[in-house]
Amino acid sequence: MRSEASVASIDDLAHTRVCECYQCGKCSAGCPVGEQMDILPHQLIRLVQLGCLEEAMSADSIWKCVSCLTCSTRCPKSVECAGVVDALREFSAKEDVVSKRERRTEIFQRVFLENIRRNGRLNEVELVIVFKTKGFLNDLNVPLLLKDATLAPRMLGRGKFHLVGEKVKNREVVQRIFSRCEATA
Amino acid sequence: MQVGYYPGCALHGSSNDYEMSVRACLSKLQIDVREIDDWICCGASAAHSLNQKLSVALPARTLGLAERDGLNDILAPCPMCSMELCKAGKALAEDPELRVEISDIVELEITGKSRVLNLIQVLQEFGVEKIQSLATRSLSEFKPACYYGCLLTRPPKVLKFDDCEQPESMEKILGLLGAVPVDWNFKTECCGAGMTLANEDTVLDLSHKIISDAIDHGANCLVVACPMCHVNLDMKQAAVKERFGVQRDMVVYYLSDLVGIAMGIDEKDLGVDRHYVVKD
Amino acid sequence: MAKIGVFTCWCGENIAQNVDVQHVAAEIAKLPNVHCSIEYKYMCSEPGQAMIREKIAAEKLTGMVIASCSPHMHLNTFRKAAKNAGLNPYQVEMANIREHCSWVHRNREEATLKAVDLVKMAVAKVRKNQELVPIDIPVTKRVLVVGGGVAGIQAALDIADAGYEVVMVEREPSIGGRMAGLSETFPTLDCSQCILTPRMVDIGQHPNITLHTYSEVAKVEGFIGNFKASILKKARYVDVNTCTGCGTCWNSCPSKKTPSEFDFGLGTRTAIYVPFPQAVPAKPVIDQNACIKLTKGKCGVCMKKCQANAIDFDDKDALVEEEVGAVIVATGFKLFQIGKEQDLEGQSGYGEYGYDKYPDVIDSLQFERLASASGPTNGEIRRPSDGKVPKNIVFISCVGSRDNAKGVPYCSKVCCMYTAKHTMLYKHKVHDGVAHVFYMDIRAGGKNYEEFVRRAIEQDGAQYHRGRVSKITEKHGTLIVRGVDTLAGLPLTIEADMVVLASAIKPTNGAQELAQKLNVGYDNYGFLSESHPKLRPVETASAGVFVCGACQGPKDIPESVAQASAAAAKTLVIFSKEELTRDPEIAKVNEKVCAGCFTCQRVCAFNAIEQVDIRSPNGKLIKRIARVNPGLCMGCGTCVAVCPSKSVDLSGTTEQQVYSMVKSLT
Repeated sequence: MRSEASVASIDDLAHTRVCECYQCGKCSAGCPVGEQMDILPHQLIRLVQLGCLEEAMSADSIWKCVSCLTCSTRCPKSVECAGVVDALREFSAKEDVVSKRERRTEIFQRVFLENIRRNGRLNEVELVIVFKTKGFLNDLNVPLLLKDATLAPRMLGRGKFHLVGEKVKNREVVQRIFSRCEATA
Repeated sequence: MQVGYYPGCALHGSSNDYEMSVRACLSKLQIDVREIDDWICCGASAAHSLNQKLSVALPARTLGLAERDGLNDILAPCPMCSMELCKAGKALAEDPELRVEISDIVELEITGKSRVLNLIQVLQEFGVEKIQSLATRSLSEFKPACYYGCLLTRPPKVLKFDDCEQPESMEKILGLLGAVPVDWNFKTECCGAGMTLANEDTVLDLSHKIISDAIDHGANCLVVACPMCHVNLDMKQAAVKERFGVQRDMVVYYLSDLVGIAMGIDEKDLGVDRHYVVKD
Repeated sequence: MAKIGVFTCWCGENIAQNVDVQHVAAEIAKLPNVHCSIEYKYMCSEPGQAMIREKIAAEKLTGMVIASCSPHMHLNTFRKAAKNAGLNPYQVEMANIREHCSWVHRNREEATLKAVDLVKMAVAKVRKNQELVPIDIPVTKRVLVVGGGVAGIQAALDIADAGYEVVMVEREPSIGGRMAGLSETFPTLDCSQCILTPRMVDIGQHPNITLHTYSEVAKVEGFIGNFKASILKKARYVDVNTCTGCGTCWNSCPSKKTPSEFDFGLGTRTAIYVPFPQAVPAKPVIDQNACIKLTKGKCGVCMKKCQANAIDFDDKDALVEEEVGAVIVATGFKLFQIGKEQDLEGQSGYGEYGYDKYPDVIDSLQFERLASASGPTNGEIRRPSDGKVPKNIVFISCVGSRDNAKGVPYCSKVCCMYTAKHTMLYKHKVHDGVAHVFYMDIRAGGKNYEEFVRRAIEQDGAQYHRGRVSKITEKHGTLIVRGVDTLAGLPLTIEADMVVLASAIKPTNGAQELAQKLNVGYDNYGFLSESHPKLRPVETASAGVFVCGACQGPKDIPESVAQASAAAAKTLVIFSKEELTRDPEIAKVNEKVCAGCFTCQRVCAFNAIEQVDIRSPNGKLIKRIARVNPGLCMGCGTCVAVCPSKSVDLSGTTEQQVYSMVKSLT
């Protein structure tokens, strides 16, 4: 059953078996953002092993993860640790238990995906505007709105962004792909 | 030599200096670059974070388009794109049920047999000695720290490219062209990738560590083969400097920049003047 | 006229629960030639056997079937009973109605029918059984011990002290094995060489022991009691009989740069060398690849200075034949290769640990050499890079072990203990030093082992962190170790002067090839296979060939010594008899019919088929036929299956017997 978070559905989504993890901690040792995490990667896996999925899905760490794949690459039992984090992210967003402190990251990913659905390719200006708007509305954080604003004119001058974005010709198929993938998940 | 070409959103967006660089460099090598018609985004981090199926389907669509266009080899200069395309291709090639399911979803028949190559692999296919013979000047003043980032070599079982702990492929190319690459500790440590907008603190912290270690090991510039890494190390270098301080400015070149420079291409034609940190 | 007795056992409830034993006995009684059919609760017990003996004597039975458990359990028991009652033991057959019937089926009716069939087949077979006689073979009361480490040494001394001759073959220039290179041993912190060298000297001086060092086993032919071994003695270029071991040669040798094997590359040695000062024999060898005279024709200083005229640059490899009755394999172990190319694509062992890259990242045997008084630094712990004394060392457990992805999945058993030992040795030498250990679990199951590890932590202040290390990098000569403490939930970066990797234990090079020469099996990792992991830990599938020590699996010194004595005891069992008897259920060629195609020889896994010339009285060759060596044949029947002319058959299970067994069911 893919629709609800469970040890089996997380295993399925991540193409791994969390029971194979023997908690050696090599993933946590090599994680570039490990020092910033409230729950370390190996602890996330432990929570899943124990079935404490709420705690895992509402952790800050899963949104701090930068998907560098160092954990999965070095794991001596070939557990797909990064895949488990992705699965937790997917379920966390679906079941709406995203940590309040990390909402901004989740908003960014969602806005990105919507952007692709609409345009087929990323429209950067649209991404920045929508993200900053939604981000601001989430936590009323003014610096977010202003951040990097000074970079914009320089970027324009270097031709690094286009006010009118590129669009894919066959956008309908992209929307159909999205609908189908959302339906089965 | 001909390759299919998948620029990806970054190269057609704010990293179009990378596209300039790649096109100028490959054109000098007389490698014919054929862009896949009507390609779509590979899904980047957003897809694999929020919808695993989408993270297979989106790159699969592009693979299908490439197969439809008769392109057996695809160059994807952005490692996020090349990794997602490779991963999708491998999953489809190995799982017939998945292949049927995804082909239905993306409305194209896909076999997953196309080869997806990153920029370094294309240069290797062309022949590093051949490049050396085309060089018109030595890169001897460059002491680069070659930065691979995460997704050029990981996951190793999917990409099977270079050594994921101590890669040497960029050093080999640049070394043959006269540069003096340094040995350093952060070759494959993450820079924060696409978190630039969402989580800038993480990016600045990681980028600072990378830049510092490169300087510590005697490098006078960085070389990357990834547009996200370039943004984090170049465009954000001013912010890194402001928050943590850096011992010196580090110009961040794309690999194609240095290869192009060695072959006598003007820096403007490579888009080097569009970088944020410029050589003084 | 055959008179067969059938004895069906209840085996308590084991058989009776699923098989109606009384019904079986009744059905079988109806078969022709079955003179009596009896059932009883426990056939293998004393009253059961007594009943069998009585019946045989009273009814003058010519054959017997026991329907009970597996022949592996009690065939010998019942054969003995038959023999004691005057019936040829090979007239006994067993029908396995336990493991093959009642233990694997639930439906009582069906299981009973099957049991009847099984017994029917056994009766059909025993009707045609021959009165076979066991084969006697002579025994050569000498043993070949391959490997001169602590296990080989123990086995050799036990057998030599019992009064029998021992031939010991050791690949290195000296015996002593891995133990000779250790500094102190757990849990007593005994000086390793101090406890080993007296034994090494005993080997060298024992009148019953012939020692071939710098030698390897080239070929082994034969069978238990009658092995013939060819031993390759590599050219030493030094005559061990005239050499006095004075050391003038190695002190004058100009070729000094060869990395020392004994020091695992941390030190160098000369071309003419003894591996360590306490070597047995204390006579040098010349490394033909490093010797200037042998490679370039110049120098020869050692020969000029040798007062005993012991150097001979014309020495050649030699082959020595030894006849022995048993072989003990004690070839030991080596460490898993870190940092070099492995079999995996695109990965260099543990690239993340920087083993070949940073000179101060070493493995555990290298650390032993640093700590050892006879080592390259005279027992002082010093960094290979700059010779400074490290102020803190990180020890990493499980490098290669317990690693399905990049190493071996098994646990190497001894590393937890020697790592604790290493922290103690380090602290005893560097009082203000700090030792960190990254571990996953602590395996300290032996006598006084747990207390030893606690002593390292509680008395000698070793810092233990539960977690693995992800990466080691280097900055300005200091090693940066990125690990984690999972108990505290904290990533942990430690700056260390030296890192010691506890690398996995693997069987030594060449062990597999030796196993093939001896027809001994080995597992996926190359460890030699014992006959039975619980009940026969030192025997192998090859009769007369025994294993002991780390070549069979990772183990510590007390276990190696215990196993060595066990192997010696098994060998002495063989030597305690004048002749050995073998079961006669082996293949036999009908020489009148054999066409000499030798298909059988090609398929025989035991090299038991010989080609024999049949000549006329005046010596003219009539034909060449196959003949089975009764000492080697294991009765597997492969030759019978492939013979195109049906010239070979298996005594005890002939083709006619098999045919009648099948027919009995129709």
